[in-house]
Amino acid sequence: MILDGKAPTGRIEESWDKHRFELKLVNPANKRKYKVLVVGTGLAGASAAASLGELGYNVEAFCYQDSPRRAHSIAAQGGINAAKNYPNDGDSIYRLFYDTIKGGDFRAREADVWRLAQVSNNIIDQCVAQGVPFARDYAGYLDTRSFGGAQVSRTFYARGQTGQQLLLGAYTALSRQIKAGSVKLFPRTEMLDLVVVDGEAKGITVRDLVTGEIRTHVGDAVVLATGGYVNVFYLSTNAMGCSVTAIWKAAKKGAYFANPCFTQIHPTCIPQAGDYQSKLTLMSESLRNDGRVWVPKKKEDCNKPPNEIGEDDRDYYLERKYPTFGNLAPRDISSRAAKEACDDGRGVGPGGRGVYLDFAASIKRLGENVIRERYGNLFEMYERITDEDGYKQPMRIYPAPHYSMGGLWVDYNLMSNIPGLFVLGEANFSVHGANRLGASALMQGLADGYFVIPYTIGGYLAAAKPGKVKPDHAECLKSIADVQETEKKLLGVNGKRTVTEFMRELGSLMWNNVGMGRSEASLTEAIQKIPAIREEFWKNVKVSGGGMETNQQLENAGRTADFFEFSELLARDALHRNESCGGHFREEYQYPDGEAKRDDANFCYVAAWELKGAGQEPELHKEPLKFENVHLAVRSYK
Amino acid sequence: MRLFSTSIGRKGVMAVTGLLMVLFVVGHLLGNLTVFKGPDGINAYAEGLHKLVPVVWGTRIVMGSALILHVYMSIQITLENWAANPKKYAVSRSLRATFSSKNMIWTGAAIGAFVIYHLAHFTFRVTPSDLMLGTDTMGRPDVYQMVVDSLSGAVIGGVYLVAMVALCLHLWHGIQSLFQTLGLSNAKLLPEYGLWGKVLSGIFLVGFGAIPAVILAGILK
Amino acid sequence: MSAQASGHGTMNIKLIVWRQAGPDKPGNFETYEAKGITPHHSFLEMLDVVNEDLIKQGKDPITFDHDCREGICGTCSAVVNGVPHGGQKRTTLCQLHMRKFKDGDSIYLEPWRARAFPIIRDLMVDRGALDRLIQAAGWISCHTGGVPDGNSTPIAKRDADYAMDAAECIGCGACVAACPNGAAMLFGGAKVAQYAALPQGQVEAPERVAAMIQAMAENGFGNCSNHYECQAACPKGIDVKFITRLNREFYKALVLDKVGATPPKKS
Repeated sequence: MILDGKAPTGRIEESWDKHRFELKLVNPANKRKYKVLVVGTGLAGASAAASLGELGYNVEAFCYQDSPRRAHSIAAQGGINAAKNYPNDGDSIYRLFYDTIKGGDFRAREADVWRLAQVSNNIIDQCVAQGVPFARDYAGYLDTRSFGGAQVSRTFYARGQTGQQLLLGAYTALSRQIKAGSVKLFPRTEMLDLVVVDGEAKGITVRDLVTGEIRTHVGDAVVLATGGYVNVFYLSTNAMGCSVTAIWKAAKKGAYFANPCFTQIHPTCIPQAGDYQSKLTLMSESLRNDGRVWVPKKKEDCNKPPNEIGEDDRDYYLERKYPTFGNLAPRDISSRAAKEACDDGRGVGPGGRGVYLDFAASIKRLGENVIRERYGNLFEMYERITDEDGYKQPMRIYPAPHYSMGGLWVDYNLMSNIPGLFVLGEANFSVHGANRLGASALMQGLADGYFVIPYTIGGYLAAAKPGKVKPDHAECLKSIADVQETEKKLLGVNGKRTVTEFMRELGSLMWNNVGMGRSEASLTEAIQKIPAIREEFWKNVKVSGGGMETNQQLENAGRTADFFEFSELLARDALHRNESCGGHFREEYQYPDGEAKRDDANFCYVAAWELKGAGQEPELHKEPLKFENVHLAVRSYK
Repeated sequence: MRLFSTSIGRKGVMAVTGLLMVLFVVGHLLGNLTVFKGPDGINAYAEGLHKLVPVVWGTRIVMGSALILHVYMSIQITLENWAANPKKYAVSRSLRATFSSKNMIWTGAAIGAFVIYHLAHFTFRVTPSDLMLGTDTMGRPDVYQMVVDSLSGAVIGGVYLVAMVALCLHLWHGIQSLFQTLGLSNAKLLPEYGLWGKVLSGIFLVGFGAIPAVILAGILK
Repeated sequence: MSAQASGHGTMNIKLIVWRQAGPDKPGNFETYEAKGITPHHSFLEMLDVVNEDLIKQGKDPITFDHDCREGICGTCSAVVNGVPHGGQKRTTLCQLHMRKFKDGDSIYLEPWRARAFPIIRDLMVDRGALDRLIQAAGWISCHTGGVPDGNSTPIAKRDADYAMDAAECIGCGACVAACPNGAAMLFGGAKVAQYAALPQGQVEAPERVAAMIQAMAENGFGNCSNHYECQAACPKGIDVKFITRLNREFYKALVLDKVGATPPKKS
C-alpha cells in the first residue's frame, strides 16, 4: 500500500499556517467533554498534556516513573536549536529546515521539518516565559553555541542540563494544570495495551506498578509520547526503564512502525568498562566544540599514556577526513569514524574500544577556567565514572546507542494510521529522517507538544462523538484479559535465567549484528538467532514474586519480551533497506572512501511496517518522499 | 495571626525574640562585669540601674514576653519536627549538623530552668538559702556581697557555670541561625555569622563564667 | 589513574539492607554478601549483582528506585551508612562507584525516612509529596503561546546564573531524607528562589511562596532548624542561601498580606 502523509501542498513557507487555518476547531464549551489520554511525560508528553489541559480538554497523563519530572528527556545535556538568528550569523527558518533535511540524509518529510523549524522560535520564547534559566551573555540576552551538523550558532542551552531545564519547564506547566484539575496524573503506571474500538484508538490498559492492578482507561483520543527504543541494544544512553513497549503494543494493534532501523549511535559516550555494566553514559557532544578527537597513528602506541604520544604520532582523523566540519561532523559520521579507527586496531582503553577527546589545545588557548566554566559538570561526571581527570589527560570516548529516529508512522497531523492515536516526540518517526542532528530532539519534543498537537488533535476530535466508549466495553475487558494472560505466562515460566541475562544476550547480538555497521550476512544471522533466544526466554526465564505487588522483575520481563519481538522487525527493516543513509550503515553500500552510499532511486521512502500477528511476516507499506524545496544531493561534510 | 501559624512566620518570631534576648544578655554581661571592680563597681551600677524604673520595667516586660514566645514556639516547632521525622536511621551520621544544633531544645530547656532559678535566686530571693541583701558602707544595696556569698558555695557556683555552658551551646548555633531565618544571610555572610556567633557565645561563656569561677577560686571575696 | 582504580582486585562487601514487603508491613534488616565487585562497578551495579544472585536463589530481589543511572533524573534514593546517596560530594547513588569502598566493608542501606515519604517497598519510597509542592506553587502562570520574544527582557547574567544554581535541583528528596526535621525547605527554597530571581517569576512571587509554605505543612514536612544537613547531602550541592531567600520572600509576602488565612493542618 502507498501511504499518504497528508502533507499540505503549495508553498512550503505557508504550509503550516494554511493547514492550521483549515483544521477544524472544537468549540471551547465542548472541549471538556473530550478526554485525552497522554502516555509519557517527557518533553513531548508533558508539554502536550499541559497545553491540552489548558485548552480545556479533560486530560489524563501517565508515566512509569514516580514523577513526571523524571522522564528521560531530563538527561539531554547540550541544548535546543532554534532559528532565532540572534548571533546574526546567517541563520533562518529555511536554513534550519535545510540543515535538518540534509542532516537526516533526505529521509524525512519536508513539510513536517519545515513546521518544526518554523515553531522552533516559539519554543524558546515559551521556555523563557516559563522561567527556564537559559544561559545569558553579559548584556542579559540569550546566549547560543554551535553544535554538530550546523555552521551557525543556534543552540540555546542551560549549562550542561538543557534537557533538565526544559523538562522542568514543561513539568511545572503540567503541575499547574494538575492543580487546576484539568489534568489527572497517574505516576508509576505503565501502559501495556492499546484499546482499539471500531478501528479507532479509544483507551489504554495499564498496570499500576505499586499495587499491580491492571485496568483500562478510556478516552476519545490517545497520545503516545513514550520515547525511543535503543535499549534494544541493552547498553545504551537511555534510562533503564526506557522501552519499546507502549509503541510496540500499539503496533500490535495495527499502528504502522516506520523506519525502525534508523537508530542513532552517539559519538561521545564513556566507553564500557566491564561486562557487569548496566548503561552507557553520554557526554554532551558540545564537548566537540573544544575537544579534538584522535587516536594513535601506530597500533603499538595504543597502550602508551596519551600524553607521551607526540603530536606527529597522533591521527586527528575527523579533522583529516572532514576539513570543513572537523570535530563537529554529524553524529553518524563521527561515530562510524571512531569505529573504523578501532576496527583498524588503533582504539585505546579497555578492549581497544575507545578514542581520545583531547582538550589540551583548548586549555592552552582559552585557559582551564574557561573550559571549566563551559563543561565543568561533564568533566566532573567523567571523573566520577572513570576516576580520570579530563583536564590533565585526554578523555576516552566511544559511540553508544542513543536515539531512535524511527518510531510509529504518523501523518502530518501526528496521527498514526489508527484514527485517534497520536504519536509525539521520539516515539514517532517524523522529522529526523535517518539521522538526528544534535539539539534537535528537544526541539521536536516541545514543538510536537506545545505547538502541533494542540491544533491537530482538534481536527480529529471535532468530528468525534465524545465519550463513545465506556470502561466495560468488550474490547476493554478483552484487553485486560490479554494483559493478565501475558503476565501470568511470564510469572509461570519459573526457569533458570534472569531477565537481565536474556536482555544482555539480545543486546549483544543486536549491537554486533545490527549496530553501527550492518551487512546482509550479519542481519540475516540476527533474524535467525532472535527467534531462538526469544523461544528460550519464554521457556527459561525466571521472574520472582507475584503480579499484585511492586515487582520490578516483572516490569523488566514484560519490556524485554517486547524487545524480543521488536528486535526482529528492526533487523528486517535494516535488511530490506539496501542502501546506507544516516544512522543506517550497510557495509555493502559505501563509496570507496567509506562514506555512506544512499540509493534515492529505490529507497527514497518511509518504510512503514504493518504487523500481521505472531509467526507472520510483517507487511511493508511505503510512503514516497518528495523533495521539492531541498535538492536531493549526496550528503557531504567535507 | 499568620505570623504565628506558618512555619517561617514562627521561625521568624523565634529569631526576633532570640535576637532581643541576645542583646539583653550582652547588656547583662556588661553590667555584671562591674563586679570585678569590687563592691563600688557593681553596687553603684545596681543602684543606678534601679533608678531607671521605666527602663527596668520596660526590659522586664519585653524580655518576659520574648521568653514566653520563644519557649512556646520552640516547643510547638520541635514537636512538629519530631512528628515529621518519626523513624530514625539505624546508622546515623551528621554531615553538618552539630551537637549544638541538634540539642537546641535541651540547651534551651536548661537555660529556661536556669532563668527561673536565677530570678528566684537574686531578683526575688526566694530560694532556700540565707541569702541576705544588706547595705554597703555608702548605704547602697550590697549586691556585691550577696553575689560573692552566694556563689562561693560549690553547688550554686556550679549551677551557674553549667548554665553558662548551656547558653554558649545554644547560641553557638542560635546566633547564625537567626540571621539565616530572618533572610538576612547569603552564601558569603553565613560563614561570617557562624564565626561571630561562636565568638560571641565564647565571650558569654568566659565573661559570665568568670564570675562564679573567680569567686569559687576565692579571688573575689 | 589512581592505584585503586587501576587495580584488578575484586572485593566482597557485606550489605545490611532494609527489607519491607509493603507500605503497612513490618520491616527489618537482612544481610547479604556482594561478591566479586570491581572498583569500576557503580553502586547500583553492585546491587544488580546481589539481586541477580537473589533471583537465582528464588528469593525476592531488593526493590530500589533507579532510572537514568547518570545522576540527573533524581530517581535513585537510598541512605548508605547514614548518608543519603552515600556522601560523595555532588554525587547521586547511581554515580557513586565502588572504588570508594574497601574489600570487607559493611554497608547499611536504608530507604529515605520521613513522614512525607511513606515506604512502598524495601528502599523504594513515595515522593509524591514533592510533586504536590510543585503543583501548589512551583510554576509561572504563563499560557502556551502568546508570550513575548525570548530576548525582549534582558536578564542580568548574575541573575540567570543564580536562577540556574537553584534550578539544578533534581528533586530526589535527599534533602528531606537528611533533614533531622523531615523538612523540604531546600527543595522548596530552590524553586521559590529560581523564580524570584527572574523578572517573569517576580509577578507571582508573594503568592508562590505563601502557597509553597502552606503546601509543605499540609504534606507533612517539618520546619527548618538550619542544620544545613540538606546542602551537605544534596547531590547537586544546592546552597542553603536559597532557604534564606525563601524566608526573605516569605516575609515580603507576609507584609504584602499575600499569606493565606488558612492555618497549616496539624497532624
